[in-house]
Amino acid sequence: MEFFFQQLTNGLAIGGIYALIALGYTMVYGVLKLINFAHGDLFTLGAYIGFTLLTSFSLVGKIGPLPTLFLFGLIIMGLVGIAGIILERVAYRPLRSADRLAAVVSALGASIVISNSIMLIYGARFQVYPHHLIPQITLNILGMKIPLLRIVMLLLSIILMIILYLFIQKTKIGTAIRATAIDHGAARLMGIDVNKIISYVFFIGPALGGAAGLMVGLYYGQLNFMMGWVYGLKAFIAAVIGGIGNIPGAMVGGILLGVIEALGAAYISTAWKDAIAFFVLIIILIVRPTGILGERVADKI
Amino acid sequence: MNRKYITTIIVIAFFLSPLFLNSYWVDVLNNIGIYAILALSLNFILGDTGLFHMGHAAFFAVGAYTTAILNTMYHIPIILLIPFSGITAAIFAYLVARPIIHLRGDYLLIVTIGIVEIVRIALINNIFGLTGGSNGIFGISRPNLLGLVIRRPEHFFYYIWIFLAISVFLFERLRNSRFGRALNYIKEDEVAAEGTGVNIARYKLIAFVIGAFWAGMVGNIYASKMTIISPESFTFWESVVYFCIVILGGSGSISGVILGSFLLIGLPEIFREFSQARMLAFGLAMIIMMIVRPQGLIPPPPRKYDVYMDKKFAEN
Repeated sequence: MEFFFQQLTNGLAIGGIYALIALGYTMVYGVLKLINFAHGDLFTLGAYIGFTLLTSFSLVGKIGPLPTLFLFGLIIMGLVGIAGIILERVAYRPLRSADRLAAVVSALGASIVISNSIMLIYGARFQVYPHHLIPQITLNILGMKIPLLRIVMLLLSIILMIILYLFIQKTKIGTAIRATAIDHGAARLMGIDVNKIISYVFFIGPALGGAAGLMVGLYYGQLNFMMGWVYGLKAFIAAVIGGIGNIPGAMVGGILLGVIEALGAAYISTAWKDAIAFFVLIIILIVRPTGILGERVADKI
Repeated sequence: MNRKYITTIIVIAFFLSPLFLNSYWVDVLNNIGIYAILALSLNFILGDTGLFHMGHAAFFAVGAYTTAILNTMYHIPIILLIPFSGITAAIFAYLVARPIIHLRGDYLLIVTIGIVEIVRIALINNIFGLTGGSNGIFGISRPNLLGLVIRRPEHFFYYIWIFLAISVFLFERLRNSRFGRALNYIKEDEVAAEGTGVNIARYKLIAFVIGAFWAGMVGNIYASKMTIISPESFTFWESVVYFCIVILGGSGSISGVILGSFLLIGLPEIFREFSQARMLAFGLAMIIMMIVRPQGLIPPPPRKYDVYMDKKFAEN
């Protein structure tokens, strides 16, 4: 029983990460109908910027770990968000009117450029986050020892997602984003500057991905320039499971995928961990292609 | 007429080139040839039918591993295994494509990525105990063509490039056939095609199967050329390379695809000193090409049909 709950909490923590990255995918898809292959690499960028910040400034000794991480988290989110805006301007905006295949190839190219730039700057070997930043406390819940870090990660992911959800539902910009996701032309007629809204989406999505990157660095301790590829693909699967274009769907899909993967790896086999995610994807696409919470699609044919 | 003369001269000069180049460059040309045939088979699925397929390395892998396993375990000659590898790859393609053939473009893309990853993981985990895990399979024999053992790069040059010439001929015939026209219709406007009576699911599936059959045969050639195969040669990134060769060369255009293979595989060889920045340049080239020339270097020639002039119509 304890084993099950350990794996469950592990899956929830990872699921939170997948959900944060999936939100970026689903928002971009909703607005541009484009799978942003480079999103996973922006997540990696966030992790590496965190690495640079943590190893360059010894603020931990001065302010203490939690405020440092909070501050760095905000900085990373901002920087990765700006990187997202630049990515959109350079690789996607010129192809707005072209057909989907060109945009997909450009996205792949952007993914290769970002991950290889990271490799050229930081080197191809694994990089390690500084240890003992977070106190290694294990909580005693119902008689089981669960690391505090997992719970904190899950809580942080949920808090960020709630903030995003409120932003999208309650604010004017959020409504504009939803409108643009439905129909660019009609949104323009309503006075919405579609280009600016798309830039907003490309700031928020990657910012969340960057935050996820920092958390993954802290949780797993090591980084590799190719890690964005695996996380990105799994996050995309999570977005599809929940219904692509659907923000609550991405949250549900992410957590669900994290749990399924953790339990599958524990009870079936660790070697097939990645394949399990793909099997889930294929099953969802055959059984319920619009996802669990339904895809927000304006046209269906 | 002038163009045909120039093309013929280039082709003849090309086929005489092994006499002038050293073995390293002949091997580079062999590599280009293998990628070219693979890209041609992908072109049939992606360029002619418009299916977003990024899992082509999976079919290549099935063919290569079929050859490797049957050859090392049962000592069946390589040449006999060529059609057999194609058939196994084709059956595999049918089984995996059947449930997903009706998916929309972007989803099909992701599922094909999933397929190639599952195949790679299955190979690494030594599925059925046959695939040798991460180390792969070694000791594959050379093809034996009526007593002539094809061993040196020069032999393989003619072996591969004649196979490519036959493939080009067959794909060109297929493109201009009724079947090819149906595929073109599906690529241009799926809904109209279905409305005119083209059974799009069936044609798409056949396109997948034919493309996979060809990739399976190339897998055989590759296995006998390298004599060792491992899962590392069949990753998603290899699929990306084939995908890019087709798209950047000109999707749907056979000459474009061949030119694309030369550029994408040959240029990195020439720029070996910059090997660190190679992939970076690759990615940049992809973005720039899509912005500047999305139809590819050599877009497919437009289909021309003579209008049949009825005598009565001509009189008026």
